Amino acid sequence: MLVNEKVAIEHGLKADEYKKICDLLKRVPNLTELGIFSAMWNEHCSYKSSRLHLKKLPTKGNKVIQGPGENAGVIDIEDNDAIVFKIESHNHPSFIEPYQGAATGVGGIMRDVFTMGARPIANLNSIHFGSPQNKKTKNLLRGVVHGIGGYGNCMGVPTIAGQTSFDSSYNGNILVNAMTLGLVKKDKIFYSKAAGLNKPVIYVGSKTGRDGIHGASMASASFDEKIEEKKPTVQVGDPFTEKLLLEACLELMAGDSIIAIQDMGAAGLTSSSIEMASKGSLGIKINLDKVPCRETKMTPYEIMLSESQERMLIVLENGKEEHAKKIFEKWNLDFAVIGKTTNSKNIELFFNNEQVANIPINTLVENSPMYDRKWKKAKLPKKNKFKNEDFNNLKIKDVLKKILSNYNVCSKEWIWQQYDHTVMGDTIQKPGGDSGVVRVHGTNKAVAASVDSSAVYCWAHPLTGGKQVVAESWRNLISVGAKPIAITNCLNFGSPENEENMGEFVECVQGIAEASKYLNFPIVSGNVSFYNQTKEVGIKPTPAIGGVGLIKNYKKMITMKFKEVNNLVLIVGKTEGHIDQSLFARIILDEKNGPPPEVNLFNEKNNGESILDLIQKDFIKSAHDISLGGLLTAVSKMCIKGNKGIKLNKSKNLMNEIEYFFSEDQGRYIIEINPKDLKEVTKILDKNSVHYEELGIIIDNELIINQKTKVTIDELKSYNSNWLKNYMRS
Amino acid sequence: MKSSVITFPGSNCDRDMDVALNKFGFVNKMVWHDDNELPKSDLVVLPGGFSYGDYLRCGSMASKSRIMQSVINFAKSGGLVMGICNGFQILVETGLVPGVLLRNKYLEFICKNVHVKVNDKENPYFKNLDKNIFEFHIAHNEGNYFCTKDQLKEINDNNQVAIYYCNEKGQLDDQHNPNGSLKNIAGIFNKEKNVLGMMPHPERMIDQSLSGEDGSIFFDNLINNLK
Repeated sequence: MLVNEKVAIEHGLKADEYKKICDLLKRVPNLTELGIFSAMWNEHCSYKSSRLHLKKLPTKGNKVIQGPGENAGVIDIEDNDAIVFKIESHNHPSFIEPYQGAATGVGGIMRDVFTMGARPIANLNSIHFGSPQNKKTKNLLRGVVHGIGGYGNCMGVPTIAGQTSFDSSYNGNILVNAMTLGLVKKDKIFYSKAAGLNKPVIYVGSKTGRDGIHGASMASASFDEKIEEKKPTVQVGDPFTEKLLLEACLELMAGDSIIAIQDMGAAGLTSSSIEMASKGSLGIKINLDKVPCRETKMTPYEIMLSESQERMLIVLENGKEEHAKKIFEKWNLDFAVIGKTTNSKNIELFFNNEQVANIPINTLVENSPMYDRKWKKAKLPKKNKFKNEDFNNLKIKDVLKKILSNYNVCSKEWIWQQYDHTVMGDTIQKPGGDSGVVRVHGTNKAVAASVDSSAVYCWAHPLTGGKQVVAESWRNLISVGAKPIAITNCLNFGSPENEENMGEFVECVQGIAEASKYLNFPIVSGNVSFYNQTKEVGIKPTPAIGGVGLIKNYKKMITMKFKEVNNLVLIVGKTEGHIDQSLFARIILDEKNGPPPEVNLFNEKNNGESILDLIQKDFIKSAHDISLGGLLTAVSKMCIKGNKGIKLNKSKNLMNEIEYFFSEDQGRYIIEINPKDLKEVTKILDKNSVHYEELGIIIDNELIINQKTKVTIDELKSYNSNWLKNYMRS
Repeated sequence: MKSSVITFPGSNCDRDMDVALNKFGFVNKMVWHDDNELPKSDLVVLPGGFSYGDYLRCGSMASKSRIMQSVINFAKSGGLVMGICNGFQILVETGLVPGVLLRNKYLEFICKNVHVKVNDKENPYFKNLDKNIFEFHIAHNEGNYFCTKDQLKEINDNNQVAIYYCNEKGQLDDQHNPNGSLKNIAGIFNKEKNVLGMMPHPERMIDQSLSGEDGSIFFDNLINNLK
């Protein structure tokens, strides 16, 4: 096929980008070369619209071993142990083919983690669907959940936490973000930087097929009515092969054969070979005849652009080929020496003894486009003025019922029961808590992880929303007794070519950066997913934040379930009565406008650190952060989990009870303490100038607000536990 | 006491089982599926996981792997063989225990705690236990036990049911049958009761920080029975 501008545009490149390619090469590329450029220069691989802004994110800290730029981030958890982690999106493929899209998302992120030498020890996910009434939602949800479970369960890695939401803005673009944590010894971390000349380049894993060709390009475009035609761009996952690949790689990594290793993810062999060579300032020569293929007559173009799963590229030390080959053969995996490193600084491809591509690597990487897209600053919306009359007709019990059974608050047990969350025998906090917690095998340490997003807040005011998500992640870690260490982010947005969507991105990133800097909670890895958009309609901005923290003595881990009758319950952090953008405002008052709750980073830090201090001193029996649905929702969940009730004190607060119970002010926690410790606890809180109130006392069976409002625990459970199961089985 | 845990390609509870056996005093060896001979063992365990990806029928390919001939011989000579989850599926495929394991009733993977009732204590696994109802953990997609009427009659005649799914009081009902198993059967013996296949994972319940500690009671009792 002759290459021209039209063909380039069909590859997702812009006319000026094509011109730039011709200028850089000083000639017209052939089709294989054009395919390689389109794969490297698309949004998904090149971050061309986001790079400029991502530089603002704080990525350093004394616990950071590796920040963004590698397969995943790495943090120090002491005693020569390190945690490798990252979150990644698989949104576009999951909408087209939910089972395989979600499954390969999970497979891809696990590969990113074990590529660095770490054994995956926990999976998490953040998944977002359209309105439950939308006719596609149920099947998409079922397919995604089966896909995540199908892959993670087979790999034998527990799925310990996650987040699910429904919002009509995802009707045409669901979000599937998968996160993995792996454990590695600090001195056995593997990187993707190639080094040395004439080193053998090894291909291992599955064979290459025609699946997933142009997957990364598909993920860099909006959807239209023809999306069904894009099914062949979705990869097909094989978790069994990945399990073998994991064991084989870890076996090879135990020795000293590997110089560099990179998984073949988005843009397959193209991006893996180019990234390794680029990082090592080397060239690479590949003989495509040697690549193990699943199908006959595959062309160089197809081999280079295939996104077949479960494949790795390795640069080996000379002379280690036989040793490596034996290991991969033991695990029944393909193994082939397909090329070598060179000093040409070019990628040179050969097929049937002919050179089929020869491109200077810097043109693909350093010279890839970078755009300073136009963006619009969002104004802080005006506050709604609610009057007491707005609330007077509302009964607290009715409101509570509606909120607890709302699809974004209700129990997601139907989902996480389908994920193996206990395999590996170290899960000490299961899904459904503030964070999932796994022990570091064979030690007294445990790692907590949580994934959060608040699209509604980000939509109402991106800067505040960005801060809020980081703060919520921080609180979720604190609530289980973990010291927050670092985060990974998955930035899901609409089209960067739309000024408003781009503005949402820029300001969310700004907010994330501010909060992460203030809380000393750096970003060590992440991924950007733009074009979550069907025709002109984009999703609500949905940055997902995956936080990781350390519990030095796992016996000090905290759960949210109320523990003991007669214990006291305190609310830490100040309740101001911020109703705008709360779930209450949206579903009870049907009010969608107004600013999100303000995020005061000083209070977040101060309150969080004080809670951690109280946990360290063994004062806290249970804890839960207050988020969606407000104070009474949080208390109800603690009642449900602990099978205990609470008698709430009559509020000394002057505000309306509705505002007090359902507002979504930030920086708040509910804690349970033994009455004998009250003096000590309040002394510490007072000393740190932390606002607190005594909320009530734990009793059996009932949540009692005053003589008018009594709700039994069984009622709370029935409100909260049935919606999703009924929806899925109806 | 010596134990062996077989690792098939795709096994993923092999390490967990190794940890549990060692914790309760077994000297455990990991045995590769492609080996010819079992090491000298007092107990052989087929662990959970997705052997060969469960691609043909769960457990089917593993039941034909090289080591299995010596496991089958060991079982036939009276040796103790325990299959957990995928291991149970493998046992069913070898024919060492009767029946089959179908997909769960709602076609969904289930990971949760369940109660089980011990049916028979005249066997080396459950002998001397001082309680009948246990809280165990299940995690499977194909645990829906089924067999023919004739097989069921034989199973009952020989008292081969090991454990039933039940409520916390030990009553058997549909509501506490997580996967649709025939007669709430969660585990089953061969006629001689030296081979046990069961869906629950006792190895996931071996300390108080995990899902529970009834697994500890099981393993502790097991090793004492073997001494």
